Amino acid sequence: MTSAPARPARITAKKRLGDRLFSGGATTAGALILAMLAAVASFLVLQGVPAVTADPRDMSILAGHENFWTYVWPLIFGTLWSAALALLMAVPLSIGIALFISHYAPRRIAQGLGYIIDLLAAVPSVVFGLWGANTLAPAVQPFYTWLNDNLGWFPLFSGQVSGTGRTILTASIVLAVMVLPIITALCREIFMQTPVLHEEAALALGATRWEMIRMTVLPFGRSGIISATMLGLGRALGETMAVAMVLSSAGVVTFQVLTSTNPSTIAANIALSFPEAYGLNVNVLIATGLMLFAITLVVNSIARWVVNRRKEFSGAN
Amino acid sequence: MTTTQTRTDAAHSSGNGLENAYAHGRLGRRVPWLVLGATMLLSIVAFALLAAAGSTDGFNIVGAIMVGALGYGVVIFITSLLVEGMRQAKDRLVTALVTTAFIIALLPLISLLYTVVVNGLPRFDVEFFTWSMRSVVGEGGGAVHAIVGTLLMTLTAAVISVPIGLMTSIYLVEYSRGGPLSRAINFFVDVMTGIPSIVAGLFAYAVFALIFGPGIRLGIAGAIALAVLMIPVVVRSSEDMLKLVPNELREASYALGVPKWLTVLKIVLPTAMAGITTGVMLAIARVIGESAPLLVAAGFTANLNYDLFDGRMQSLPLFVYNSYIAQGTDAQAYLDRAWAGALTLILIVMALNLLARLIAKIFSPKKGR
Repeated sequence: MTSAPARPARITAKKRLGDRLFSGGATTAGALILAMLAAVASFLVLQGVPAVTADPRDMSILAGHENFWTYVWPLIFGTLWSAALALLMAVPLSIGIALFISHYAPRRIAQGLGYIIDLLAAVPSVVFGLWGANTLAPAVQPFYTWLNDNLGWFPLFSGQVSGTGRTILTASIVLAVMVLPIITALCREIFMQTPVLHEEAALALGATRWEMIRMTVLPFGRSGIISATMLGLGRALGETMAVAMVLSSAGVVTFQVLTSTNPSTIAANIALSFPEAYGLNVNVLIATGLMLFAITLVVNSIARWVVNRRKEFSGAN
Repeated sequence: MTTTQTRTDAAHSSGNGLENAYAHGRLGRRVPWLVLGATMLLSIVAFALLAAAGSTDGFNIVGAIMVGALGYGVVIFITSLLVEGMRQAKDRLVTALVTTAFIIALLPLISLLYTVVVNGLPRFDVEFFTWSMRSVVGEGGGAVHAIVGTLLMTLTAAVISVPIGLMTSIYLVEYSRGGPLSRAINFFVDVMTGIPSIVAGLFAYAVFALIFGPGIRLGIAGAIALAVLMIPVVVRSSEDMLKLVPNELREASYALGVPKWLTVLKIVLPTAMAGITTGVMLAIARVIGESAPLLVAAGFTANLNYDLFDGRMQSLPLFVYNSYIAQGTDAQAYLDRAWAGALTLILIVMALNLLARLIAKIFSPKKGR
């Protein structure tokens, strides 16, 4: 190594004023983003801490609860439960749609079909809320009654069926429709990246289309499906308005999905309580927001980790 | 084995004695379509009879299609199993399932667009776009205060986030050398993408509550909350676009002695401009429909307010939410206004999306040389 020929001296560009201003501006903008995120975290912590440390009797919103934690636990449960139900519906459907667009639909119309699914992502959440509460809930209510009558022995469907249909299952259906385009778009991208040689090799060995997909496309896309699911989960956890408008909540912990006493979610609870909140109650709501922030942060980090790990192993790029 | 035997027997005994080895033991091309038509027809007739008998109120088109699709899956599986064997039967079943999944996803989209248009049109009139809700109880009134508020706050958010986002992406693509700062920015932009919108609203409220005291609601706070949501989207899309600019262009510019900042400004940015504009429009389309952060940071009001720094400011999504949640004496009037607001919102978002795709198509740099 030491015997390597001496490298010619590096010619450095002249530092002009414009250069310095421009690169300085670009670096500042990048640093500003870091500062902003630090500000988000620190301001929320600053405003959230009083909710945990102060006397619970000073906060009217905590009436009937021992402390902040017994108040927030049903909300955390509701957030996770509704998001889990939504994913249970959305993930298989999204994989099916993504396969349909990438491997089944005629090539010429496949991109157009992709745009149609993307349209769902463009609908604002408040419109989903309006639709869910006014159209979807009455439409599925008879089906809920039927489920309750015939499958009432199954714990999920037990209990007194809701008369309006505005249950956590309806909220989860709306959430599923909202995360569907996200998961579909990511899965579609991954499925299309499957090496064509793998697919053709499978077909040449006499595999049917489904066997080809099971042998080449799905194994190749597995980590992509996982990370798409996690990103969809992150979206479902933080969704506010649609849940606030659809769900009639009672702040309980229950797995029954057809009754009119449902657990609320953190985000929906903030939206419903914030306009009337005063004093320390605001701090309580901000503290619950901090919990939501932490949960989504964990979920998204896991998703990114899976994506990055795949980048290292996959030979596709 | 026995089935194969009988099938070959049948083929041998048929007219010409020759058999096509490729078509042998397969369903004909038209068979799946015939099966589909038959099951759909059966299902529709069954549901029409149910409707005629009065056991369902009205003809349930969704139920008919779903039962028809389900029936098709079962029938084609059994037919294919008998003629072609298990492997082909599975293949046909999966094809049916995958297609059904796509149709199921279309149902909410069609239903939603249909309901919004039908319910929104009755109040989609001149009064809706010229009146505010100031001292309106019951019928009448409009959303001009909400439209003004939405436009002002979204534009301010764009003015804040586009320079920051664009400069950050320029830093990431042109200046950074993979050091700790660029890795930190990359990681935290991903984190920012995942911030729930209501948390962004809480942040903006917390900042302004510290300065102006609790209970503060300002238009500018709403704009800042939207900017927090918008910045990561702008960074990611412009970064992708800047990366697409070929390196030869930069090197040619350096070879002519152009300084780096002028190269970025005059060569790189114009080349990527179409894509960046598209990304910004899609980011605007994303935040213009946000309601949760504005509920927390900007509040709602019935009055027209042009001043971002003074008092509450209404926005279109919140107008819809508020009309629905707080229905007054004449509930139908409030609902009608909510639907009309939803229709306006969807039209704005769709227009922005279409415009973005159009810009991407028309102004993208021509390939080939």
